[in-house]
Amino acid sequence: MEKHWLVRPKTIRLLWIVMLGVLAVTVLLQLGIEIHGEFHIDETFGFGAWYGLGTCAVMVIGAKILGAVIKRKDTYYD
Amino acid sequence: MISGLPPGLILIAGAVAIPFVGPTIRKGLVLALPVLTLALIWGTGIDAGTVWSAPFMGYAVSPVRYAPTGMLFATVFSIMAFGGALFALRSARPSEMAAAFLYAGSAIGVVFAGDLITLFVFWEIMAIGSTMVVWNGSSDAARRAGLRYALIHFFGGIVLMIGLIGHIEATGSITFDVMQADAWPRWLILAGFLINAGAWPLSSWIPDAYPEASPAGMVFLSAFTTKTAVFVLLVGFPGTQALIYVGLFMIFYGIIYALLENDMRRILAYSIVNQVGFMVVGIGIGTEMALNGAAAHAFAHIIYKGLLLMSAGSVLYMTGKRKCSDLGGLFQSMPITATCGIIGALAISAFPLTSGFISKSMINQSAADQHMMVVWLLLTAASAGVFLHAGIKFPWFVFFQKDSGLRPPDPPWNMRAAMIFFAALCLLIGVFPQPLYALLPAPVAFVPYTGAHVVGQLQLLLFSGLAFFLLLPLMKRTLTVSLDVDWLYRRAAPAVIAWIARDLRELSDGVLGGTRAQVGSIIDSMAHYHGPAGLLARTLPTGRTVFWVLVILAAFLVFNFS
Repeated sequence: MEKHWLVRPKTIRLLWIVMLGVLAVTVLLQLGIEIHGEFHIDETFGFGAWYGLGTCAVMVIGAKILGAVIKRKDTYYD
Repeated sequence: MISGLPPGLILIAGAVAIPFVGPTIRKGLVLALPVLTLALIWGTGIDAGTVWSAPFMGYAVSPVRYAPTGMLFATVFSIMAFGGALFALRSARPSEMAAAFLYAGSAIGVVFAGDLITLFVFWEIMAIGSTMVVWNGSSDAARRAGLRYALIHFFGGIVLMIGLIGHIEATGSITFDVMQADAWPRWLILAGFLINAGAWPLSSWIPDAYPEASPAGMVFLSAFTTKTAVFVLLVGFPGTQALIYVGLFMIFYGIIYALLENDMRRILAYSIVNQVGFMVVGIGIGTEMALNGAAAHAFAHIIYKGLLLMSAGSVLYMTGKRKCSDLGGLFQSMPITATCGIIGALAISAFPLTSGFISKSMINQSAADQHMMVVWLLLTAASAGVFLHAGIKFPWFVFFQKDSGLRPPDPPWNMRAAMIFFAALCLLIGVFPQPLYALLPAPVAFVPYTGAHVVGQLQLLLFSGLAFFLLLPLMKRTLTVSLDVDWLYRRAAPAVIAWIARDLRELSDGVLGGTRAQVGSIIDSMAHYHGPAGLLARTLPTGRTVFWVLVILAAFLVFNFS
């Protein structure tokens, strides 16, 4: 059976390119928009970008570490 | 006279009628009653501020109080009852539909309560209705989870009742209004409210019980209990600083546990805790904008979480599977379910043009306005985390990732219609926020769509998406559950009780066994001496008796003669 067009490797590669392009645009848009933050950190260039990427990495890795301690087989309570 | 009718009673009356009418009337009834409730809330021309009171046991109870916050919550509860009923129209049994309407009606009863007695009565009816909804999951797991759910809620009810009695004794007032958490009765009231909100350490009843309900049952469950808790916190404890920390803990608890979870409906259950956390933080900040944000977010959340659970419920209904590890690739055969699920996921992530964007931003902005930098940074990180754990994770693992080979069609028309209705609401509220803002308790000066805000939010969310795909190998699904505080009452407490019971049994066996042996030995020894063959029971021969009598008499004479 032929794969759905959305999951073909060619489409996925194209989606990555489009996604990276959109990411770059969201950061570059900030060049034309003045940000008035309440704190200094939120006025840094691309704050949403680096802060989102960084905090997500921390959350995923934190969850992974915690998971090593608290994960049990899903039949644990049966 | 109609002003004296609590709007919640319409759905409660419906709950009583549902089991006794035929299928056609029932379908009409469950769709008409929520609309009638909305008509009673908005169509009678009753002004906000109107209170209807009646004497009861020496107190003036107020079962109906028209106030902006209560009317807002009752509105979204009615919309939810309609959408939920539409979704459940063909799949729910009459008992389940009746339970759901009892539950929804009592939730509306709570938000219209003007006094603490009325509030408590509807609060407890809500616990009964929701437990019945869980039990209608009709599996052994649902029965056990429902029992645990009921125990937690009745415990919460007792905590609340003790607090209410203490408060009424101390103040002499039963009016439900702003309170200060300054003495034990109010602490207990706050604790009772927080138990229903799903605050840690008693959060795990949400992911424990809700996913065991039927596909339609969980749609109802996601809406009422935690949001009535948000309502009572909003009215009773605005600006209570401790709520900021309680809410932040809920937010990150929800994210981390949802990231670890494999069951799609449990992911969404953890996400309820996370989203209610945002509202609790808003209530803790307590400014007009923060309280508006909490109320607006509750409204938006009920709709997009209902939508997400309809989407997950449709998948469960059509495939019978709920684990991400068993799912994937469903977008190919369930396009409507997938599209609506994605719209719900974007709304929960607060993407621009969706309802979450115009509500959650108010909470975040109010933290910034109060110069709470740490709180603001945590809320911003959490916004990224929401996209991570619910915004991408849910649609990705259910509708995309690997091809599971499953090709179920979209669910029946009523389920599709309910999803499309809620998806449309998520987008409409996001694009045209003013009608929702007009319902909020205080005037809204917030402008959500500014260039800086939209760009900042897009950066945050899209780079969170990048993080998700880069870190995907770390999020491989495993057939696991995560230990939570419920381990204490599901494993530790039964083990301790079994251990104590075993020791008690040994002790009792020892005591009883020893006594039995001792009693037995006494009886044996008595039988030995006094029994039929016993030494002391022997009948002595007469001659010997006469001889001994003579000896005694002789001795008597000798001693007396001298």
